[in-house]
Amino acid sequence: MREVAVISFAQSAERSIFEINEVEMLMPLMGEALAGAGISKDRVDFVCSSSSDYLAGQPFSFVMSLDAFGPWPPISESHVDMDGAWALYEAWVKIQLGKADIALVYAYGKSSLGNIRRVLTRQLDPYTLGPLWLDSVSVGALQARAGLDAGTFTAEQIAEVVATNRRNGIANPHAHLSGDDTVEALLKEPDFVAPLHKHDCAPITDGAAVMILAADDVARELSARPAWIRGLDHRIEAAALGVRDITRSVSTEQAGAKAGVADGKVDFAELHAPFAHQELILRSALGLGDDVAINPSGGALCANPMMTAGLIRIGEAATRITNGEGDRAVAHATSGPCLQQNLVCVLEGA
Amino acid sequence: MSDITLPASLQGVDPVKSIRTPASLQYTYSAGLASSRFLHQVAQKRLVGQRCPVCQKVYVPPRGSCPTDGVPTVEEVELGHTGTITSFCVVNVPFMGTLMEIPYTSGLILLDGSDIPIMHLIQEVAVDDVHSGMRVEAVWVPDDEVGPTLESIKYFRPTGEPDADYDTYKDNV
Repeated sequence: MREVAVISFAQSAERSIFEINEVEMLMPLMGEALAGAGISKDRVDFVCSSSSDYLAGQPFSFVMSLDAFGPWPPISESHVDMDGAWALYEAWVKIQLGKADIALVYAYGKSSLGNIRRVLTRQLDPYTLGPLWLDSVSVGALQARAGLDAGTFTAEQIAEVVATNRRNGIANPHAHLSGDDTVEALLKEPDFVAPLHKHDCAPITDGAAVMILAADDVARELSARPAWIRGLDHRIEAAALGVRDITRSVSTEQAGAKAGVADGKVDFAELHAPFAHQELILRSALGLGDDVAINPSGGALCANPMMTAGLIRIGEAATRITNGEGDRAVAHATSGPCLQQNLVCVLEGA
Repeated sequence: MSDITLPASLQGVDPVKSIRTPASLQYTYSAGLASSRFLHQVAQKRLVGQRCPVCQKVYVPPRGSCPTDGVPTVEEVELGHTGTITSFCVVNVPFMGTLMEIPYTSGLILLDGSDIPIMHLIQEVAVDDVHSGMRVEAVWVPDDEVGPTLESIKYFRPTGEPDADYDTYKDNV
């Protein structure tokens, strides 16, 4: 296996950045990430992007986004219609195969262009659930209800997750939701889609992220402290909600085990939980105890650009490792309804 | 595949061969800063491109970036309303939604001062006479109909000037 590290990361996230298009959103981040790595784009061997045409409302929208990189002379590139964390996975495979030493991964989502709750119904199966337009918040509420009824977690624990993430978000310039809220105050808020309150749901966010990966000595040359990817795995479960236990996340358990989460002390974790109760399911699936700081960035509850928030978890964890705020971190990304698909990444500073 | 035993109520029923599940989603599209500026200037009957600081090429309509160099294009360049046909096609097949009488000509027009052609209609000339290198000019809709859309230009028509030197548009054929 080649050693692969995150050597640079840039992100943006706002409630709505309506007036600029996707290329204009990405371009400053490309420059920032390349400058952070101290390289020009001609050193990049492979580019992998992630986005969704359903967000943009136009087919092949990702092709135009390459303008932000400047694909000339012709480049080696690929695209995934998944969160950017899976674009990172493809780039990691490319590097393992010896086809690249430096890869640039980017992800973006302008969730504000359409009605995101309706857009996300299109990821449900088209025969039974899709025609019901079962929206994303309702799907999340079904999962929360199932977990509360099964005694997997309590309403107080969910509110505690929200309070902690929002408090952590205060120090994060990319968090557009943050605050110092007590559990008691949060529990008094009105229901949104019961049992979910509005604050239990990730906000609607426009944003983008760019990450640069490098292998072995190239990473050591370009970064004083690369964030080494020491474990990386992703698993998927059935799309149909009725055939799996949605109060746990078997795919996260498996990905966490394969990535070696338990092989050492975890200093902190960045978990991609678009609904607060999902963080509790993920903590349990990954075996993260109360001693592990969760989401020092504030997590997806503070900013959740679609197709991007999972990659941001890895970028946040990597940046903290590089800055010396920890030696070993777990980053997680999810996709699909009720934590259908999950990726787990273990990052180390030495 | 193993045999599945269906309950009596489902035995012998016609299979469902198709279902209809109509779907529609609405989006509020944003052209972006560069395209918005371009379109607002079209509404003032101005054609404005943007120059790449690296390769010096002038793009129209501008998208705020150079797709070759991956850098922002901030310098605006006012372009002429005249240009050169680099390539064209004669449309002889009617298709749904078209308002044009066939045959008509679609042309790629390299506006003077720019480095990438735009597509538009070529009119006031027999389709057989349209050719690469032909000099053309924009014909705008009446002033009270001009808006932030390229439809503010009705079409391009020949200026009557001699053909442009091949060297002036060879990079775009």
